[in-house]
Amino acid sequence: MTAEVGQFALILAFLLAITQAAAPLWGAQRGEPVLMALGRAAALLQAGFVVLAFVCLAASYVACDFSVALVAEHSNSQQPLAYRIAATWGSHEGSMLLWVLILAIYGAGVAWFGSSLRETLQARVLGVQGLIGVAFLGFLIFTSNPFLRLSPAPLEGTELNPLLQDPGLVSHPPLLYLGYVGFSTAFAFAVAALIEGRVDAAWARWVRPWVLAAWIPLTAGITLGSLWAYYELGWGGWWFWDPVENASLMPWLLGTALLHSALVLERRGALVSWTILLCILTFSLSLIGTFLVRSGILTSVHAFAVDPQRGIYILGIIAVTTGAALCLYAWRAPALRTGALFAPLSREGGVTLNNLFLTALAATVFLGTFSPVFIELLGKDKISVGPPYYARTFAPLAIPLLALVVFGPMLNWKRDRVTAVLKRVRIPAGLAAAALLVALVTVGWKGAIAAAGLALAAWLVAGGVAIPARRWWAGRADLARSLRTTPRGILGLSISHAGLGLLVLGITGVTAWHSDKVLTMHPGEQTAFAGRTITLDSVGLADGPNYQARQSRFAIAGRGGPYELIAERRAYATSQTTEAAIHVSPLGNLYISSGDEQDGGVVVRLWDHPLVVWIWIGGFVMAFGGLVSLSDRRLRLGAPARAPARIADPVPAPAE
Amino acid sequence: MRRLLFLLPVAVFLAVIAGFMAGLRHDPSVLPSMLIGKPLPTFALAPMRPGEQGLASAELTGEPVMVNVFASWCAVCKEEHPMLMALRSQGVKIVGLDWREDAGAGARWLEANGDPYVRAGNDASGRAGIDMGVSGAPETFIVDRQGRVRYRQVGEITPEVWSQTLAPLMARLRAES
Repeated sequence: MTAEVGQFALILAFLLAITQAAAPLWGAQRGEPVLMALGRAAALLQAGFVVLAFVCLAASYVACDFSVALVAEHSNSQQPLAYRIAATWGSHEGSMLLWVLILAIYGAGVAWFGSSLRETLQARVLGVQGLIGVAFLGFLIFTSNPFLRLSPAPLEGTELNPLLQDPGLVSHPPLLYLGYVGFSTAFAFAVAALIEGRVDAAWARWVRPWVLAAWIPLTAGITLGSLWAYYELGWGGWWFWDPVENASLMPWLLGTALLHSALVLERRGALVSWTILLCILTFSLSLIGTFLVRSGILTSVHAFAVDPQRGIYILGIIAVTTGAALCLYAWRAPALRTGALFAPLSREGGVTLNNLFLTALAATVFLGTFSPVFIELLGKDKISVGPPYYARTFAPLAIPLLALVVFGPMLNWKRDRVTAVLKRVRIPAGLAAAALLVALVTVGWKGAIAAAGLALAAWLVAGGVAIPARRWWAGRADLARSLRTTPRGILGLSISHAGLGLLVLGITGVTAWHSDKVLTMHPGEQTAFAGRTITLDSVGLADGPNYQARQSRFAIAGRGGPYELIAERRAYATSQTTEAAIHVSPLGNLYISSGDEQDGGVVVRLWDHPLVVWIWIGGFVMAFGGLVSLSDRRLRLGAPARAPARIADPVPAPAE
Repeated sequence: MRRLLFLLPVAVFLAVIAGFMAGLRHDPSVLPSMLIGKPLPTFALAPMRPGEQGLASAELTGEPVMVNVFASWCAVCKEEHPMLMALRSQGVKIVGLDWREDAGAGARWLEANGDPYVRAGNDASGRAGIDMGVSGAPETFIVDRQGRVRYRQVGEITPEVWSQTLAPLMARLRAES
């Protein structure tokens, strides 16, 4: 029964999406308020029905209704409840339903909160979102129906991949999807603006919170994914340049570029057509990223659902959405008002440079991910692109960008002077130089690259802190007021840039100084590793809810000790996983994974990962900075038709 | 002229989509190998640990064998690994080709996770992999008694792949004289 309700809800949502696509677009063209209102109602109702469908699927999982094919394939009754709920989006069909759910919720958000938007713009945005909704609901219903029944129903289901039975993975896909789908709103705004032929500050002011709302969960989701790979895959890597990871990194890079260029558009009315293009490309990469990995186009060992039928449908969606948007762009964008001019050395110039770097980085990753497809077309040879490619192309582009990050917010709008800018960054520069010196003295010339990495981290953190600090210093006469009136946007910017510094700190530490050791240990045996003494206390068996585990208990003394760690090797019904034991500390992690038994002992692998935890702290801090920025009053209030005259800024440099 | 600039994204996009379309035509699950029916390319790989035996193509004759391409940086190999261990305990002959990394990394990985291979060799430069047309790890080639490649499995050997495709094939090859 539940599954049928879900099925009907999906079909109704599909019909409503058609309404949402047709009515407001036509209404906006004809100036019919009734049709535009119909679009808003359809968006809200559609969201309601998709939520209902999703709840139905989740309920089938909770109730262990194995007559639903999807439930039987991805869960069994021994599985803990939390993972059965998470299994709702653990399969291709379920994750598509989640995708559509988030899309509908964003659409409802525009319908609900968009009352201060120009009515025709809101209607067109809703219409474009409706079109995307039609495409994906159609995909779901016609090629990936999650509610198919099995007859006869099996008594027991199979297992969800044990690697996926993990708290990190429960929240990882929804966060990524919030990000991917969130960019659809920016895309809808861009297409609506192209249809209207009008881009103004109000438009930019509206788009930016939506971009932020997508960027925050995407940042958090990527960070979480990296964290999950670190502790779950059992060998301590934190980024693998795998097509699936690259798929999330590309929209992130372009989304970050968009976040910055939208700011210029909002403040200065410049970079108009570039921002529009970024809106289109970011969403397009989100689509390519989410779907090509599962279409079979890429010879990816991760292809979830290799099914040419689905591949063609997905490619069709991508071709139509992006193709139509780009054609519209080629037709309408040249006529868009071009913004105010600016000197090369200016805030606008800085953002342009930032955008060039980020776009180049995204292109690098795109080439790395998809070149196997194209090279295979050109010749007969198959190639594979591994980490060495990225070490040679990504890093040399990323490092100068990181070094330039601090300058950006220090620049004045319109034009600036080199000497003035250098003077503004003298304190972060001094701190970075000090960090470099201390690091060089400590690690010597051999560690020069690592020392430079630490200096870069210090430069970024100090540069981030310097932005509000300069403001407070200028307003120190009335510090309380100065603190109180600092816009959240500035704080968010400062936090995010500092978070980037923490990320660099972590990457430098683990890249330069990690060490590892493999040995066979017998119970009672001791070994010295990275300033610690590690003893294997005992090896025993333990039962989990749906697995049996062999636990190796270790006692660690020295460097942060004493403490105990338990590494597990879990045998599920169909496969095995390694649960590494990790001792986390700000200075570095100790990572122990236990392998097979050998000559009465256990093969143990030990890793020392200095500073690694800062990678994820940095990522989450960046996301948190985004949240702070999103809570800015300016964004919450939305875009008034005409901004009220502002009281003169107490600070000479409008820092943001 | 300015208009042409705005057409550029469309043109690039069309090229990309055309590429994807062409890419979609091949079914990656049954990537035909250029090698099917032909002898394995000649290679002589360095040993995983100094002093041990390496892996040479000339030795892979006499009985059917699975050549498994793996690497410690490959996350899916990690997932595939328990299956290989299980096959080894069933007496299936598997040799390993440690692909595109230095031998030390591969050797440590095997020590930590268990070694399912009768023999393994290290292909740090990826040369042997290119000759064999390896598109990614993990990948497995089934080689018959005469040393000819008979099948290519791209991606993980799941229990289904084993029971539905590879096991019957191996049984048939063993029956061939």
